[in-house]
Amino acid sequence: MTFEYAPAPESRSVVDIAPSYGLFIDGEFTDAADGRVFKTVSPSTEEVLSEVARAGEADVDRAVAAARRAFASWSALPGSERAKYLFRIARIVQERSRELAVLETLDNGKPIKETRDTDLPLVAAHFFYYAGWADKLEHAGFGSSPKPLGVAAQVIPWNFPLLMLAWKIAPALATGNTVVLKPAETTPLSALFFADVCRQAGLPKGVVNILPGYGETGAALVAHPDVNKVAFTGSTGVGKEIARTVAGTRKKLTLELGGKGANIVFDDAPVDQAVEGIVSGIFFNQGQVCCAGSRLLVQESVHDEVLDALKRRISTLRLGDPLDKNTDIGAINSAEQLARITSLADQGEAEGAERWTAPCELPSSGYWFAPTVFSGVTQAHTVARDEIFGPVLSVLTFRTPDEAVAKANNTAYGLSAGIWTDKGSRILAVANKLRAGVVWSNTFNKFDPTSPFGGYKESGYGREGGRHGLEAYLDV
Amino acid sequence: MAPIVPDAPAAGRPRWPTGVGNGIGSRHSPLPFSYTRRYARVVTMSTTPHVPAAHALTDVTGSDASLRRFLHGLPGVDAVGLEARAAALGTRSIKTTSKAYALDLAISMVDLTTLEGADTPGKVRALGAKAVHPDPTDRTAPATAAVCVYPDMVAVAKEAVAGSGVKVASVATAFPAGRASMAVKLADVREAVDAGADEVDMVIDRGAFLSGRYLKVFEEITAVKQACGDAARLKVIFETGELSTYDNIRRASWLAMLAGADFIKTSTGKVAVNATPANTLLMLQAVRDFRDRTGVQIGVKPAGGIRTAKDAVKFLVLVGETAGTDWLDPHWFRFGASSLLNDLLMQRQKLATGRYSGPDYVTVD
Amino acid sequence: MSERLSVFKTYKLYVGGKFPRSESGRVYEVTGSKDENWLANAPLSSRKDARDAVVAARKAFGGWSGATAYNRGQVLYRVAEMLEGRRSQFTREVADAEGLSKAKAAALVDLTVDRWVWYAGWTDKIAQIAGGANPVAGPFFNLSTPEPTGVVAVLAPQESSLLGLVSVLAPVIATGNTAVVVASERSPLPALSLGEVLATSDVPGGVVNVLSGRTAEIAPTLASHMDVNAVDLTGADPALATELEIAAADNLKRVLRPRTGEDFAATPGTERLTAFLETKTVWHTTGSLGASGSSY
Repeated sequence: MTFEYAPAPESRSVVDIAPSYGLFIDGEFTDAADGRVFKTVSPSTEEVLSEVARAGEADVDRAVAAARRAFASWSALPGSERAKYLFRIARIVQERSRELAVLETLDNGKPIKETRDTDLPLVAAHFFYYAGWADKLEHAGFGSSPKPLGVAAQVIPWNFPLLMLAWKIAPALATGNTVVLKPAETTPLSALFFADVCRQAGLPKGVVNILPGYGETGAALVAHPDVNKVAFTGSTGVGKEIARTVAGTRKKLTLELGGKGANIVFDDAPVDQAVEGIVSGIFFNQGQVCCAGSRLLVQESVHDEVLDALKRRISTLRLGDPLDKNTDIGAINSAEQLARITSLADQGEAEGAERWTAPCELPSSGYWFAPTVFSGVTQAHTVARDEIFGPVLSVLTFRTPDEAVAKANNTAYGLSAGIWTDKGSRILAVANKLRAGVVWSNTFNKFDPTSPFGGYKESGYGREGGRHGLEAYLDV
Repeated sequence: MAPIVPDAPAAGRPRWPTGVGNGIGSRHSPLPFSYTRRYARVVTMSTTPHVPAAHALTDVTGSDASLRRFLHGLPGVDAVGLEARAAALGTRSIKTTSKAYALDLAISMVDLTTLEGADTPGKVRALGAKAVHPDPTDRTAPATAAVCVYPDMVAVAKEAVAGSGVKVASVATAFPAGRASMAVKLADVREAVDAGADEVDMVIDRGAFLSGRYLKVFEEITAVKQACGDAARLKVIFETGELSTYDNIRRASWLAMLAGADFIKTSTGKVAVNATPANTLLMLQAVRDFRDRTGVQIGVKPAGGIRTAKDAVKFLVLVGETAGTDWLDPHWFRFGASSLLNDLLMQRQKLATGRYSGPDYVTVD
Repeated sequence: MSERLSVFKTYKLYVGGKFPRSESGRVYEVTGSKDENWLANAPLSSRKDARDAVVAARKAFGGWSGATAYNRGQVLYRVAEMLEGRRSQFTREVADAEGLSKAKAAALVDLTVDRWVWYAGWTDKIAQIAGGANPVAGPFFNLSTPEPTGVVAVLAPQESSLLGLVSVLAPVIATGNTAVVVASERSPLPALSLGEVLATSDVPGGVVNVLSGRTAEIAPTLASHMDVNAVDLTGADPALATELEIAAADNLKRVLRPRTGEDFAATPGTERLTAFLETKTVWHTTGSLGASGSSY
């Protein structure tokens, strides 16, 4: 007998998913004006979880109008009162975190380990953090009486559905704005459950409105003439479209877009921890992370040693049922995303990079992609330049710190980077030269509500989190 | 959906027959991963007189300077990352059949220990009886790996476990402080071995280690190893709580392995901080890397502070996912503990009966 | 005795620390604000001039952004000193350009000098205002630091030929960016003269590049240039500003939109400093002292 882990599934019974959901406008669930709906499925099984109303332009009008009506009284509330609503939300999220974690895992496909230990704790922490800012805005360094902008149009992605919602809604509400938020079409459920959290918290009607839908809904929302603020997290391509849409208006825009993060491993790195960081950097959330460390830059003298250790470690990753508490790698979020990952990986192989795939069996239904490493990659390979947004690592080498920095910066993106070395001065020197908004030294993929997050260059502009995150929602 | 089998590459590894782990191994590394590249400069195939093992790293122990260069050239340890990894593995959910397996495995890995000034033959005999039949109500419960006592109690312990297969381990070398002359330490070891100890748990001279006299520590270990002869396997205790840094624990691990330790062991149980998931994880990485490098497999023994079955199972997860399943065997992994055994037994009873057990249903010895 | 015949000044661009003519060889007539009398010819910059200016600005970015904040402060203060010495020249140019009395123009020049001094003092303070340590919930030291965005294309205000120009330019370079400035189309002469001040003030060549000409002709090249990181649209009219903002999206330039009725005489806030800063947040592992006995 060997030490095989018996199945340890988290119970599904803690969450009660209704067969259908409406839009959440002005404090009520409502059908779409044109009656359209779409289905949301569990990526790990392709089982239909629910049928969700699909917002159209008329619904966008209704929601923006509701948010506009709510804005006058919400922004006029004393900050201390707004704070208490946000504290309530934070507490309710904590109380319901198990339910929300299971829901998120079902709808997104990511392992319960991550929703339980990362997503949900960070969601609650984010509301808790910004709740405290609501009555202290005059101390935030944006003038003695900073004003909210008005109605915020927010469009979020599917990789961290509830966490991205928290990143958007918490600072918006703390600063006195009202919100119309569109969750991604593959992961609408946690946002709709959040609507229920808002009702439990007694949040005034219209302060938060949720409009599930596809890209066209998001486009209508950001183009709506009565929104004052647009916040988007998603692909760089869509981000550019939004930037063009709001050109010439007074709408304030912040964008959190793609990345091609470099994880730089020097020859004096703490190897075991570096390997963990590389794994977390590219396989956390199946690599569907904008700040993923998708390019491993390893010093040539330790390339073989690091790569061998990395492959050994990757071979211990457990891929399978996302609800199993021992699962490390869950499902890819959608068939569409799986096709994109597959095609880019095939291209990497066609361009001559050496492909290695973790020895694991993929389930027969659902969307799955085994952890994959490309070695012998150069800056010219597509897998080193394009954001794959999947569990695919490209390994490149460098000889000197200067070369590492040059290669790390040689990208249109500038979101994240990692540095692994035991030499303190090298950390600081290299961090200084990297053109990236978040740099992790001897760690990777760490997040905190107090820590500003956002990119340089085509990774977008504006920061979410921390004191900096308030600026996006204030008239400064 | 089939999960990836933990540590899949281990399937191709040679299994190390029991009793051959003391420094005689193949000269080539069986796995691609190795420190050879990093340390190619200092590695040659020559041997020096005081090195018992004939593996490829012998030359690094030729002088204080080369030993120091080697130990300080080992990869550093980032404390935050190490502790985070240990904590993450601690969240593994071990249920039903795997829990039953883990509990029995853990019981079979216990070095049931009494190291009190108040120890008496009666106490040691009771301990021996418990080691042989941990659960008087359930004879299917496995025996522990060993009982661990002071040298003067070895003979009593041998008698108590005679014929059971349970080993007798003895602490030695002026345990726990290790502050005695070499002659006294060796006499301590010989007394234990002569009394029939199957295993000797020595402490290193932390003072020498912390002041950088690595060769002194190395030579003490080789001398003790020699005193153990073929009769006893040698466990080398670092007292990790006194070494204070993770880098030191990694260096001490390699130092002891180079000197011929059969086991590396965290602690005496006599200081404030003893075995932790993080320092044990680090030592598991060390034995894994050492085998990859030399072909020689070394055991690991966390000791002190592991009191609950839940904790013990977490350690087994660390073993399986770090060193690999080859180490999931009492020959290669031990728990130095006393109260742990009763909690393992209570959890075992719970699994068997579905009821939670209580302290009155396990024996107090 | 006849009056002495004056020596006219040939106004030239300021690019990469040098004073070239437009590569196109073109000039246009610059006239006074009130009487429409001819003041001078100014270079009519081409798209290629704009491109050359971007290359110069990019080349200068590493050195300027890598200089110590103290050093940048010294250099900018030196600009104020040089400008002070040329007060009468700038007073005349501003009076001609904006149709002001000598006294009013002199007051604007004084304000301009003071504005340089104000921003010179900001170079080594902005990081303390815009950055700081973040108390993350874990064993990490987490620090946010502002860094310059890169190459910034600045469309100087059309009306305020010197004070407005300096009010938009100084904050861009104070934080370590480099700039390509498109001078006021109608009143470019103070801007072109400012190039001469910068050239003699220890400002490294390429940190500021001054172009004159048709804003609507030069600006689209800058707004769509993939090696420009940000645009300040202050000098663009609403229609042009919209067109440029759309072009700027091609590489997601940071865009500072024009504000109506901006009063450059008022004490500025920090908005123009922070508009062209990126926030870099670095996480460092710390370990926890002694908690587990072995934690370094």
